[in-house]
Amino acid sequence: MQKSLRTSFIAHFIIILISSLSLPFLMGKVQAPLVISVDLVQIGDKTNIPYAPKVSDGEKTDKKIKERVVTEQAPPKIVPKEKPDAVPMPDNIKQIKELLEKRQNPVKVEDLTKQTSEFEKKEIFDPNKISALIDKSKKDTAEANNKTSAEATQSQQKNVITSKLTITQEDAIKAQIFKCWNIPIGLPYNENLTVRIKIKLNPDGSLISSEILDQGSRSAKSGQNSYKVLAESALRAVKLCNPLKVPSTGYEKWKEMQLNFDAKEMLKG
Amino acid sequence: MKYKIFKILILCLFITNKSFAVVSVDITRGNLDPLPIAISDFYLDSKLSDNIKKLQLESKISELIKNNLSKSGLFFSLEKKSFIQLPEVAHNKPRFEDWAFIKAQVLVTGKISLEKEGGRLRVEFKLWDVVSATELSALAFYTAPENWRRISHMISDKIYERLTGEKGYFDSRIIYVSETGPKVDRKKRLAVMDQDGYGVKYLTLGNELVLTPRFSPTNQHVTYMSYFKNLPRVYLLNIETGLQDLVGDFPGMTFAPRFSPDGKKIIMSFAQEGNSDIYTMDIKTRVVERLTDHPSIDTSPSYSPEGSYICFNSDRSGTQQIYTMRSDGTNVKRISFGEGLYGTPVWSPRGDLIAFTKLYKNKFYIGVMRSDGSGERLLTENFYQEAPSWSPNGRVLIFYRETPSDNSGRGASAKLWSIDLTGYNERLIQTPTDASDPSWSGLLSSK
Repeated sequence: MQKSLRTSFIAHFIIILISSLSLPFLMGKVQAPLVISVDLVQIGDKTNIPYAPKVSDGEKTDKKIKERVVTEQAPPKIVPKEKPDAVPMPDNIKQIKELLEKRQNPVKVEDLTKQTSEFEKKEIFDPNKISALIDKSKKDTAEANNKTSAEATQSQQKNVITSKLTITQEDAIKAQIFKCWNIPIGLPYNENLTVRIKIKLNPDGSLISSEILDQGSRSAKSGQNSYKVLAESALRAVKLCNPLKVPSTGYEKWKEMQLNFDAKEMLKG
Repeated sequence: MKYKIFKILILCLFITNKSFAVVSVDITRGNLDPLPIAISDFYLDSKLSDNIKKLQLESKISELIKNNLSKSGLFFSLEKKSFIQLPEVAHNKPRFEDWAFIKAQVLVTGKISLEKEGGRLRVEFKLWDVVSATELSALAFYTAPENWRRISHMISDKIYERLTGEKGYFDSRIIYVSETGPKVDRKKRLAVMDQDGYGVKYLTLGNELVLTPRFSPTNQHVTYMSYFKNLPRVYLLNIETGLQDLVGDFPGMTFAPRFSPDGKKIIMSFAQEGNSDIYTMDIKTRVVERLTDHPSIDTSPSYSPEGSYICFNSDRSGTQQIYTMRSDGTNVKRISFGEGLYGTPVWSPRGDLIAFTKLYKNKFYIGVMRSDGSGERLLTENFYQEAPSWSPNGRVLIFYRETPSDNSGRGASAKLWSIDLTGYNERLIQTPTDASDPSWSGLLSSK
């Protein structure tokens, strides 16, 4: 009895170990198509949507943030209506319909006309609830889609929300650094030369620290000189761009960023 | 129990995945604007003798460095008047805020003193990254005071290399054909000067016509074509000793010579009975080797920097085009396919590009293409221009340009011009006389 229990323990432990090491890669594969199919639609429609669940998380800790976000959320109230329509899969339309009905109560036409009226406080809570519902409905559909690994998709979705900048946000940051980066024109363009720089930012976009990520592994290799020149120019760019103009929300997303400087395209042309 | 393990498993997934979730942004573009650089006057050690102080090297050196860097088109040199810190203070420990305030990204400071023993001049410079507030490099050179120009060029090269990632080209020389007199009685002499046009020296007297001088990679020798006793032949000249030597004993005209990258061979054309082919000759052993054997005119050969390929032009296809082949003469391939005629191909010292002259619709172009013939890019267009030659780092081309003469045959002039690979930074190089057929040496200091 004891023996079998022990073997069972060991076997379980091994499985946990293996899966904890290997599954993230599996998930990486699963993640890619989901990001495209779900997120792109959202970004295309309204970039505000993905923030909503984020805000509801932070709600517990910070009331001020909640208020600010709520006022931002107030105008695009029609959006939640459209949103679920795009998401549901044939399997559980019923569930979603129920959810929609629930949600419809707060979002009445009367409310829409009242948008800026004295009932602001009531409204404050509604959008968040809606977004929470959307979040649930999303999870529901996701579960229905991938019955095999329901839990995994959930955690993954959270990650999608916390780790991605929207395309416009990313472009805004890129555009700033493009301007600050003076490319060392003599670098060899036929070699793969990339410098990865990790930056930490304050909520106002000012730089806390910047460090070169792969200096150690690179210093021994040939082409060290060009790498050094590239790395220095990249650090200068980051410092010249300080403070960065950053999105007003989602500090968690961009408080740490990795910038990959690669001059190949520019030097080739 | 199973459920618990499952939960732990999920937790593991969650944690490991979370650590991958740093936002990553690819920066694949930047600006190619000139880098704002502040070059402070050098600081003179008070112990220097009055004779040396009189030379005003402190400002002359910084001025020359400024000149070099600005001409490269890659740097924007800030006005000295705007500098807040004194040279002495800045050299020891710059206040970076003061330099950032005038929008400098890098700063050059220096100090001139006397060597402790021997009495030579010690010129020290430091290069500072103003934005990151760090020192990038610091070097000291020893020399006689007369050599301050050479030192300034070497410092310019070090700065250029440290900031762009490729070697500089300032400590180098240019040989060219100096032309004087009317068109019907043109006197052509070989002349050599510093890369910035300073210090012209004439190497021949002008009794014979000289053409196409080319520097050896070892810098001591020049090969050129001369009509000595009206026989056009390739000669070898030692610049230091002034000794001249005929290259090979060919029963006809030899022309368009060039050195191999190791400086041991001369490659050239030899013409006989209306047909010209490409030959090499080993300078030491005098062994001659024939590389092409074709009834068409093959000429203007130029080695690739590692010496394994040769580019040349030939009219074997009916019009003059550029070809490449292995250095043993095999594997001949045509690489130019554009409209017009292509000539004077020269392989870049970087190895990636071939520069050429192109004649199309009565206009002359200087252009570059990759060594496989792709990516043709015309850099400049003019009435008449030809004979590009690469700077030692393969960034700049020097060539000559002629202006048309009037009906009486007067007013035509030939001048040296340089242009960089962007095609935007075109500059006239001042020479005391008319000049043609320039050839750039390698870096003097790397020898």
